[in-house]
Amino acid sequence: MSMIIVYTIATLSGIGVVSAIVLYFVAQKFKVYEDPRIDEVENSLPAANCGGCGYAGCRNFAEACVKSETFDGLYCPVGGNDVMSKAATILGRNAVEKEPQVAVLLCNGHCDASPKTNIYNGATTCAIESALYGGDTGCTFGCLGHGDCVTACTFNAIHIDTDTGLPVVIDDKCTACGACVKACPKGILELRKRAKANRKIYVACKNEEKGAIAKKSCAVACIGCGKCFKVCPYEAITMGNNLAYIDADKCRLCRKCVSECPTQSIIEVGFPPRKIKEEAPGAVTGENAPADSSNSVSN
Amino acid sequence: MLKTFKTGGVHPPENKLSSKAGIASLPLPKTVVIPLSQHLGVPSKAIVCKGDIVKTGQLIAQSEGFVSANIHSPVSGVVTKIDKTPDTGGYKKDAIFIDVQGDEWIETIDRSTELNKTINLTQGEIVKKIAEFGIVGLGGATFPAHVKASVPKGKTAEYLIINGVECEPYLTSDHALMLEKAEEICVGIEIMKKAIGVSKAIIGIENNKPDAIDTMKRASTGYQGTSVQALKVKYPQGGEKQLIKAILNREVPSGGLPIDIGAVVFNVGSIFAVYEAIQKNKPLFERVVTVTGKEIAKPSNFKVRIGTPISYLIDLAGGMPENTGKIIYGGPMMGKAAINTEIPVVKGCSGILLVSSGESCRKAIEPCMRCSKCVSACPMGLEPYLLAVLGEKSMFDRLEAEKVMDCIECGSCSYTCPSGRPLLDYIRYGKTNVGKIIRARK
Repeated sequence: MSMIIVYTIATLSGIGVVSAIVLYFVAQKFKVYEDPRIDEVENSLPAANCGGCGYAGCRNFAEACVKSETFDGLYCPVGGNDVMSKAATILGRNAVEKEPQVAVLLCNGHCDASPKTNIYNGATTCAIESALYGGDTGCTFGCLGHGDCVTACTFNAIHIDTDTGLPVVIDDKCTACGACVKACPKGILELRKRAKANRKIYVACKNEEKGAIAKKSCAVACIGCGKCFKVCPYEAITMGNNLAYIDADKCRLCRKCVSECPTQSIIEVGFPPRKIKEEAPGAVTGENAPADSSNSVSN
Repeated sequence: MLKTFKTGGVHPPENKLSSKAGIASLPLPKTVVIPLSQHLGVPSKAIVCKGDIVKTGQLIAQSEGFVSANIHSPVSGVVTKIDKTPDTGGYKKDAIFIDVQGDEWIETIDRSTELNKTINLTQGEIVKKIAEFGIVGLGGATFPAHVKASVPKGKTAEYLIINGVECEPYLTSDHALMLEKAEEICVGIEIMKKAIGVSKAIIGIENNKPDAIDTMKRASTGYQGTSVQALKVKYPQGGEKQLIKAILNREVPSGGLPIDIGAVVFNVGSIFAVYEAIQKNKPLFERVVTVTGKEIAKPSNFKVRIGTPISYLIDLAGGMPENTGKIIYGGPMMGKAAINTEIPVVKGCSGILLVSSGESCRKAIEPCMRCSKCVSACPMGLEPYLLAVLGEKSMFDRLEAEKVMDCIECGSCSYTCPSGRPLLDYIRYGKTNVGKIIRARK
């Protein structure tokens, strides 16, 4: 009886040993050489697998880094300059440096400013709604508020503000991976240069309609009047498609344009309150007619 | 024997409220707005400028490419501007705005109503004239008619199928047209037969329109090779693939066209437009539009000039009911909700449906319970629940493999879904994106 146990163990061990030997030689024969630096680079990456670099995940990005001679077109937006310099040390190259960026919503069409002209009660994703129609306010360029950007963000950096119905980017959590920018069907999220203390000045409007029409559909629309363009001392503002655009690289955050804007479509964020309060800017002149809400049509 | 297609299909309530209303003519509106993209394919290019005086029937926008169509002025008057106007979805598209002054038609149009049976033109001339006069499929897809009428080399057409099915609930524009213009339609069929070189034509009509079946049978007796086929009522029998399957029992291969199996399908409205173009020199600038709804005072069929705002039609049909919740441009199954009432009638607009606020509200979207009702309803034999999920998740390569491009967007799946899932919305989103990917690959 005991012999049976001994034979069994011996046989199985024998098979095991033979297989191990075979497997060893097979593994030697078909060995795929992998650069050990890939692992090293991968370990230095944030392991978020967000796809912000344009690759499917951190591993693919590490492979691409090792394979390419320079860091041309390769940048991990999440890790930023720290991670890239670590990777550069591993690979013995010069690190590329980029200015840190942050996602910014270029729309301020909150519920009060941009009244609804009809009701949408279909599938609740921005991509599908925008494929079906322009939006439930008079503006076909603005935020739809279903939060495709919120779903796309893997860092919990965006949430929808229930009062305004617009997404809010939390600057400290935003890694500028660009997932929200890709997810937004209206193209109203933009990666902008991250300034000191997260200060920002930007035109929060993408409405390309002529001024009067844009104004009719949204009280805080950019009407393309060009006042900010004239007042800017640094030539940071360009006009086009009935819109002003502030180049974050040229902007020196002087805030002259903010007080000049007749529709308050230029937004300043992160600044201390102004000391000398001049006469209140704004007091919008001209037609302040509410948007045509005669058509209570749902979609 | 009544025929129908086998795969899928649904039976929505018919609600053909305006079937006995006849076709009413309208006084002209004060202004018309003519979008430059009224057909499938490339938008046309405006050839008039601000301030130009145009006559009814004058060419105002030229076709840009093979799959495109000319647009003619539906009224006489002055071009006030060429600007953007919202489409049903609210997106702005280029359009020509004309202020109506009188109603002066160009001289070449024969405005008499007598029937002209002699066809003088040759095959090539007919196709050329159809293209010149801007005729598109009036069933809704607005595919340029001359493209369908030019049979590609190496393929032969065997049957001409005339689509008088009108399977969409509520709509009666084709029905009314068949009752009033049966003789003209039969001549139009002869013209189309000559254009595509076939001897046999079959008119398919669902048997909820017995008067139309009788009228068309009577009118077509004198014409060799033209017959009427009564069909069982089933949505979406008016889809050309379903109609061919019902009448000829042939199946269009996936990704193929009806001509691959020897059939060419035209809507009765398009056939009537062909008759008017060839025999009366009249370009396509008016069509029959049904204005209907349960709450509306006078459900009607109007002969409408293209570019007329729909508010004008609604007023003439008794005004907008208080509790209107949705204005549908087209029929209830395939139509689109309009964002306002200033949208103009275009070539593809077969009806305006006003739905009350109680009926227009969608059910809350609930999770799919895998009951597979949509699978049995799909007339193309697809799996809508799967396509919808893939669309929702933007998995476009799998969508392509699951044949999303074969979807005819009939809406039977959304109609049957007990969980109130907007299956078609998801699928349409996927289909649009897959279409883009496929075009980019070419």
